[in-house]
Amino acid sequence: MSELLGRLFTFEGLGRLLALDFVQSAFLACAVLGLAAGLLAPLIVARGMSFAVHGTAELAFTGGAAALLAGVSVGLGAVGGALLAGLVFGLLGLRQRERDSVIGVVLAFGLGLGVLMLSLYRGRSSNKFGLLTGSIVSVDSTDLTTLAVVAAVVIGTLAAVYRPMLFASTDPDVAVARGVPVRALSVVFAMLIGLTTALAVPIVGAILVLSVMIVPGAAAARVTASPVRASLLAVAIAEFSLLGGVFLSLAPGLPVSGYVAALSFLCYLACRLIGRVRSRDRALVPA
Amino acid sequence: MTIASRTNSRAPDRPAGAPAIALRGAQVRFGHRVLWDELDLEVEPGEFVAVLGPNGSGKTTLVRVLLGLQPLSAGEVRIAGEPPRHGNPTIGYIPQQKQIDRDLPLRGRDLVGLGLDGHRFGLGLRGRAERRARVDAALAAVGGTAYADAPIGRLSGGEQQRLRVAQALVGDPAVLLCDEPLLSLDLAHQRTVTDLIDARRRSAGTAVLFVTHEINPVLPLVDRVLYLVGGRFRVGPPEEVMTSEVLSELYRTEVDVLRVRDRIVVVGAEAHCHPEPEDVP
Repeated sequence: MSELLGRLFTFEGLGRLLALDFVQSAFLACAVLGLAAGLLAPLIVARGMSFAVHGTAELAFTGGAAALLAGVSVGLGAVGGALLAGLVFGLLGLRQRERDSVIGVVLAFGLGLGVLMLSLYRGRSSNKFGLLTGSIVSVDSTDLTTLAVVAAVVIGTLAAVYRPMLFASTDPDVAVARGVPVRALSVVFAMLIGLTTALAVPIVGAILVLSVMIVPGAAAARVTASPVRASLLAVAIAEFSLLGGVFLSLAPGLPVSGYVAALSFLCYLACRLIGRVRSRDRALVPA
Repeated sequence: MTIASRTNSRAPDRPAGAPAIALRGAQVRFGHRVLWDELDLEVEPGEFVAVLGPNGSGKTTLVRVLLGLQPLSAGEVRIAGEPPRHGNPTIGYIPQQKQIDRDLPLRGRDLVGLGLDGHRFGLGLRGRAERRARVDAALAAVGGTAYADAPIGRLSGGEQQRLRVAQALVGDPAVLLCDEPLLSLDLAHQRTVTDLIDARRRSAGTAVLFVTHEINPVLPLVDRVLYLVGGRFRVGPPEEVMTSEVLSELYRTEVDVLRVRDRIVVVGAEAHCHPEPEDVP
C-alpha cells in the first residue's frame, strides 16, 4: 500500500524535471487549455451539453486514430474529428431528447472505428495510448503555437458572441423572440467545443476531456449563479486541476490525466459541499 | 396604405400618431391551410387586447408575425409605424412560465439584463453603471429586488413570471406581447402579473396584446378581444364578442356564453379544439 502511494506521490528529482523544456511547454499548454475550457464550461453546463462534449472528445480520438493510421499529424486528425462532431451536434440544436440519442449512436460508431484503426496501426504503441490518456511529452513548440492560436480564436469568438450566447443558452424562447440567431449560435458553440476538445485530447486524453470541459462548470454552478463569477471560478478550477495535475504527475512519470481528473473531482466535491452548507444556512434564516 | 396616407405630413420613419400595432388584410398560410385571412386590427397605445381562440387557430402565429419571425402571406403589418423585424426594441415579450433547471447558472438580475441587451454582440463592458441602474429599476418595479440575486431555477413560478415582466419591460417597449403568461400560475400570482402589466400600460401607454385561452383573469382589463376560430375571427369589446350568437357563428356550432357573477363561461366550444402544428416559438 505504502509502496503504491510512494509510486503515486513522489517528488524525487522534481527540481531537475521542472527545468526541462518539454515540462515547461506542458505547463504552458495546460495554462492555455485551462483558460479556454474554463470559459466554455459554465455555458456547456447551462446548455446541458455534457454528453455532446463527451461525444466530441471520442470523435477527436477517432480522428486522431485515423490520422495515425494514415501517417498524418495526429493533432490535425483530432481537430478534424472534433469539428465534424461539433458541426453535427450543433445542428441538432437544443432539443435534448433527440440530441442525446444521436450523440449515443455517433459516439458508439466513432469509438468502435477508432479502436479498430488503432489495432491496425503498426507504429509505437505509446502513440496509441497517448490519444486515450494524454501525454505531456506530446506537446512540442509547434503544438504550443497551434494551441495558442486556436485558444485565441476560441476566446475571441466567445467574447464577441458572449451576450447572445448566454441568452440563447439560458433563455432560448425569449432569445428567439428578441431576434437572437439561436440556431446559428448553437453551431458556433459546438465548433468552439470542437476546437477546445481537439486541444485537450493530446494533453489530457480523450477519456478525460470531461474533467476540464465539464467539471469546472458543474462545480462553479454549485456555488454561484452569477454567469461572470461562474466563468472566473471555472477558469480557476480548470487551471488548478491542469497545472496541479502536471506537477504531481512529473516525478512519478505516470499519465497526467489521472491526476487532473482527481483534482477537478475534488474541486467539484468541495463546491457541492459549500453549496449545500450555504443553502442550509439560507433555509434557517426566516425569509 | 391608409396608414401611409394618414401620416404623410409627419416624419416618414416613426409617425407619432401611428397605432402601436396595425394589421391590414393580413393573411398567414401554410401550404393550402389558411390560418387567418383579411385580418384588420389596430391597437392603440395603452390599449389592452386579448387574443382568444382554440389551439391551432393561429394565436401564437400572430405573435410570431409581430416579432418578425413569421412573414405574412398577404397584407401588411406595422409596429409603431414600422415593419416588424428581428430583435425589435419597441417590443417586449413575455412567454409562458416554464420549468427552469434548479442549477441553471443565472440570477433574476441576469435574466432581466438579457432582456435589455442580450441580443447585442460583444461583452457589453461600456455603460455598465447605466445598465445596472435600469435593471435595478425594472426589478424594483415588479417587486423582485429581494430575490434578484437568487438562482432563477430555485424561485417559484410566480416569482419567475414577475422577473419575466421586468425582463420584457426593462427595454421600455411600446408594445407588450404576452403569450399565455398566466399558464400554470395560481390565482394570486395570476393577479400579481396582470396587475403589473395593467399598471405599466396605464403609466407608460404601452399597448398590450395578450394571448390567452382563458379570458377571466384579464377580463377587467380587456378593452377589446380578438377571437380566432378556424380562420374566422371577430374583433370588439368583450361584451360584443363574448356572446352566444357571435361565438356560435365563429365555431359554427351551438355555443353558450354564460355570465356567472363577474366571470364568463363558454360552453360547447371545447370539442372544437384540434391539435396544432404551430406551437413552436
